[in-house]
Amino acid sequence: MKKTNKITSLFDPSILGPAVIDSFKKLDPRHQIKNPVMFVVLVGSALTTGLYFQALFGHGEASPGFILAITLWLWFTLLFANFSEAMAEGRGKAQAASLRKTRKDTPAKKLSKPVYGSSFTMVSATSLRKEDVVLIETGDMIPMDGEVIEGIASVDESAITGESAPVIRESGGDRSAVTGGTRVLSDWLVVRITANPGETFLDHMIAMVEGAKRQKTPNEIALTILLVVFTIIFLLVTVTLLPFSIYSVSAAGHGEVISVTVLVALLVCLIPTTIGGLLPAIGIAGMDRMIQANVIATSGRAVEAAGDVDVLLLDKTGTITLGNRQAVAFFPAYGISVEVLADAAQLSSLSDETPEGRSIVVLAKQKHGIRERQIHDIEAKFVPFTAQTKMSGVDLAGGKEIRKGAVEAIENYVKIHGGIFPEDLKSTIETISKSGGTPLAVCENNRVLGVIQLKDIIKGGIKERFAELRRMGIKTIMITGDNPLTAASIAAEAGMDDFLAQATPEAKLKLIREMQSGGRLVAMTGDGTNDAPALAQADVAVAMHTGTQAAKEAGNMVDLDSNPTKLIEVVEIGKQLLMTRGSLTTFSISNDVSKYFAIIPAAFVGTYPALKALNIMHLATPQSAVLSAVIFNALIIIFLIPLSLFGVPYRPMPASRLLRDNLLIYGLGGLITPFVGIKLIDMILVTLHLV
Amino acid sequence: MNWNNGIQILIYLVVLVLAVKPLGIFMAYIYEGRPAGLNVWFGPFERWIYRVCGVKVEAGMTWKEYAVALMIFNVLGIVVVYAIQRLQVFLPLNPMGMAAVTPDSSFNTAVSFASNTNWQGYGGESTMSYLTQMLALTVQNFVSAATGMAVLVALIRGFVQKQTKTLGNFWVDLVRSTLYILIPLSLVLAVALVTQGTPQTFNSSATATLVQPMKDSAGKPVTEQVIALGPVASQLAIKQLGTNGGGFFNANSAHPYENPTPLSNFLEMLSILLIPAALCYTFGFMVRDRRQGWALLAAMLVIFIPCLLWSVQIEQQANPLLARLGVDQSATQFQPGGNMEGKEARFGIASSSIWSVATASASNGSVNSMHDSFMPLGGMLPMWLIELGEVIFGGVGSGLYGLIAFVIVAVFIAGLMIGRTPEYLGKKIEAYEMKMASLVALIPHVFILLPTALAVLIPAGKTGILNPGAHGFSEILYAFTSAAGNNGSAFAGLSANTPFYNIALGLGMFFCRFWLIIPMLAIAGSLSSKKIVPVSAGTLPTHTPLFVFFLAMVVLIVGALTFFPALALGPIVEHLMLNGA
Repeated sequence: MKKTNKITSLFDPSILGPAVIDSFKKLDPRHQIKNPVMFVVLVGSALTTGLYFQALFGHGEASPGFILAITLWLWFTLLFANFSEAMAEGRGKAQAASLRKTRKDTPAKKLSKPVYGSSFTMVSATSLRKEDVVLIETGDMIPMDGEVIEGIASVDESAITGESAPVIRESGGDRSAVTGGTRVLSDWLVVRITANPGETFLDHMIAMVEGAKRQKTPNEIALTILLVVFTIIFLLVTVTLLPFSIYSVSAAGHGEVISVTVLVALLVCLIPTTIGGLLPAIGIAGMDRMIQANVIATSGRAVEAAGDVDVLLLDKTGTITLGNRQAVAFFPAYGISVEVLADAAQLSSLSDETPEGRSIVVLAKQKHGIRERQIHDIEAKFVPFTAQTKMSGVDLAGGKEIRKGAVEAIENYVKIHGGIFPEDLKSTIETISKSGGTPLAVCENNRVLGVIQLKDIIKGGIKERFAELRRMGIKTIMITGDNPLTAASIAAEAGMDDFLAQATPEAKLKLIREMQSGGRLVAMTGDGTNDAPALAQADVAVAMHTGTQAAKEAGNMVDLDSNPTKLIEVVEIGKQLLMTRGSLTTFSISNDVSKYFAIIPAAFVGTYPALKALNIMHLATPQSAVLSAVIFNALIIIFLIPLSLFGVPYRPMPASRLLRDNLLIYGLGGLITPFVGIKLIDMILVTLHLV
Repeated sequence: MNWNNGIQILIYLVVLVLAVKPLGIFMAYIYEGRPAGLNVWFGPFERWIYRVCGVKVEAGMTWKEYAVALMIFNVLGIVVVYAIQRLQVFLPLNPMGMAAVTPDSSFNTAVSFASNTNWQGYGGESTMSYLTQMLALTVQNFVSAATGMAVLVALIRGFVQKQTKTLGNFWVDLVRSTLYILIPLSLVLAVALVTQGTPQTFNSSATATLVQPMKDSAGKPVTEQVIALGPVASQLAIKQLGTNGGGFFNANSAHPYENPTPLSNFLEMLSILLIPAALCYTFGFMVRDRRQGWALLAAMLVIFIPCLLWSVQIEQQANPLLARLGVDQSATQFQPGGNMEGKEARFGIASSSIWSVATASASNGSVNSMHDSFMPLGGMLPMWLIELGEVIFGGVGSGLYGLIAFVIVAVFIAGLMIGRTPEYLGKKIEAYEMKMASLVALIPHVFILLPTALAVLIPAGKTGILNPGAHGFSEILYAFTSAAGNNGSAFAGLSANTPFYNIALGLGMFFCRFWLIIPMLAIAGSLSSKKIVPVSAGTLPTHTPLFVFFLAMVVLIVGALTFFPALALGPIVEHLMLNGA
């Protein structure tokens, strides 16, 4: 599969350049106020800038050089945070741009009447409105999202899906939706437009990736509350430190009251700027990863909910099993040897290129050692399958006519040729049907040779994926129209937890409602119009891109690859999003311990020389200590941009082990890293004689 | 650590943990209305109370109704206690003829006892009449404790119920807490204390002739001593059990009548943590997963035990200033050794340290030694334990619901780290819960740091300081910490019975009590209306050692990060100077 819209390089200059410019544009207070943590940094930076000018032109509270250094790094902190957001947006925009290329203003053939053959006028695609009807012929671009009302055609959707193989679009049924920007390769379609300009699927997708429509998700809101509370607490800590310092100076009788510059530096170091600065980038990047997986989510909320899913409803056909059945056994009729049956079955399938036909040839070879022959070598004539006969076969040189097909079709064929269908095969056929298989009868002229058992084949690797899901704590339920017996055997074979047999739309809806009232979060995939009610009810609903408009509208995600197991990736991306936020929050807070040990002794050693003992990092001077902490605080944002864009890796494992690992990496790591980092920066500052 | 200290700590912890399960089950039965002896025998009396007061037992209250009932009851309590103090001179049972208490002190004391703080700006035996002690203060000792327990029970119901609006009935929870838990336990403890020599009398003070006459500061000979008496045992029992801590005497449990013998000392120390510890089990029992209760108790002990050991170790060490003078401060057969300033010789190092750590962590506030005289770090420990939010045991009920606010923050962060919307006991933790839990974590910080900052700036604050320098700062910080934590213990060394401190501390106590209760009830209401998410392999288990450790870290980090600068300028610098200078 070829993915056209994938960006992997972090250092793509076409993204880096605009991102740098954007970082400055984003200094606008109206933008910063949306992020309370960074807004505090903005106010602090403005304050120290003022103090710098005061020091430059009059009596400053400290040397202008020191205030300037702190001020610059505070501004850098802001810029780095803005840069991360701009990077995430830039990557999204790059994807949007590649999508937009497909939106050249195409001419459209607007039909006067909604039937094929009526007269049309050439108009611009942008002038089309909902309910207009257009004709699209070979080589034409589909101008807008719409629904096929007449015709059948193959369509190249690679612009949207990245999938180079063309897909069939036809009126009625579940494959009637077409997307603007795709191209008709053969035949014609009459399409009713279903979206106004600016409201199409593509528009929606572009808005999503550009972040224009990004709203805070529930967990993001809760996290922001927590970060704001931490910010308020640290604001209290630093603000009250001024009176405490005044008192201490008067009590000790010497030393200087802590400067506002150092207080601002302490404040910015303590408030969770790392997570606060990277939070928008994490959210945008999460959406971005969805798009890279070729899934369009209609909201960030849906992406987040995906991480919480505890029940997964999957359609059997095409998801759990291969769409095609395969031959697994031969059952000869009374008096006929299995080799004869196998031989006839293989002969009849030599030119049958369907997967079922191929599987019969292979089975005969593997089980009964019957070598594959070339049909022209044995001078046989192939009789292809038609919808009328419902069988296929070969006519051999000696007048032998071998046919294979549905049981009823063969029964008729034999009767016409004066034969009878043997009773003993009836019970075999029944058993095969009951166990979820499909029986194919084989006859030679008017003599029935036996039946071939075709069976659903579980997709390779699917069982492992379900086991993976179970480790994540997600229950899988198979949905099928089969009878309960068949369903049970397939579900067991695929390693699923449960199944819903003879599923009707009502039964699906009921199942989802039951699950939800039990407190579970349900995800499902669907493509048909009859899936729409269930999709609308599910918490995470992935509609197949090949599906109907109704299904797409009911779902909150659309999978462009139309791959039902994509849900598993969706769940992982959702989890990754939350994990990245959680881990960086932990990291950010753990960082504070070291910053205290850098700044508190530096700020108060003049008042209480004994506090020198707290300078456990042995930082050179009070100035270098404060500056090192501020520089570390700014640089760590830059260092963590890749992590926030790519996300904390998710591995399926029990929750407590995941917590332990992440606590070790981001909690303990967050505790230790800054001690090392601040000390290093201090050493560099001393070496360069900057302080 | 010598073996004497070790054994005292060990016995204390073992007895405490052994008592958790039986008392925990008993309380759970009481709150669930299951027959448990006492509630069968006194059931008719309980129902009679409801009939007289017009309480509809079956009528559930929404969280708002619950909060309104609670506030009405407590504000009324404050008004009554204020009025009794102001009018005590006209009221009976005042054999010593105590005068009316000043308005600001009355306000402070009224809030202090209603908020389960029991900060005492006054000297009990020289200020309050017996009626005030019994009717105003002792009654509040019971009902303020019962209020805390009621809020906890409402919160537990929030976890247990699904898609329900109501949280139970405040009046019923209040009556049951008092009638079946607090009164019986107090009765047992009071009788036990009387056997040890604690007075329980309405007689006025006794007068004794001194064996060895002294001279007072004016040089006049003193031949008689007035010995204060009163209904001590009854107030003492609930003061310990209800994490109140307001002593009958000014010297609190360092006074020989409040705490006559080592046995009485042990019983009183045990009573400090008894109910808060057992409530953990009650929690686990009521949410139908006892492991959750044990996990919360374990999180408390993970912080408590190291503090205990550290405190004993600090106090057992020699004071460097005295060591330089050649004073022998080692523990021998004839002396406890260590820093004995401000400690009772009867109790020694271990019992004083255990008490100081227990009283601070449990929001009790009673003392059997003077924290002001502890070594700088020994004095910092109780202060810091209060600053952790009074959630390590904490007040009866209030400690556990406070800890659950921290649990909410902890599961939120942990939940994100494992990639799931956080949930606790099957209830999803969302923005609303975070908002409320954040308030609970934030408000005490506001009422500790801001008033302390104000007090060290203005003369009205600074004049109260008896010791200059860093220690004076510690004294002010401790006072506001104690008020905000609803602890009530004093560092001593601060003259806090002034209008400024009475009002500032009073406001701190009020808001840190009720502005925490209301958000907690809001959380309970919100949780109660939610579904219960079934447990799966993806659910974060909250009973594992890992989570216990993580929860303890969250409590420590929030507390440590907030107060490190202030503590650095107080006890830490004092410690460094003492050892360095």
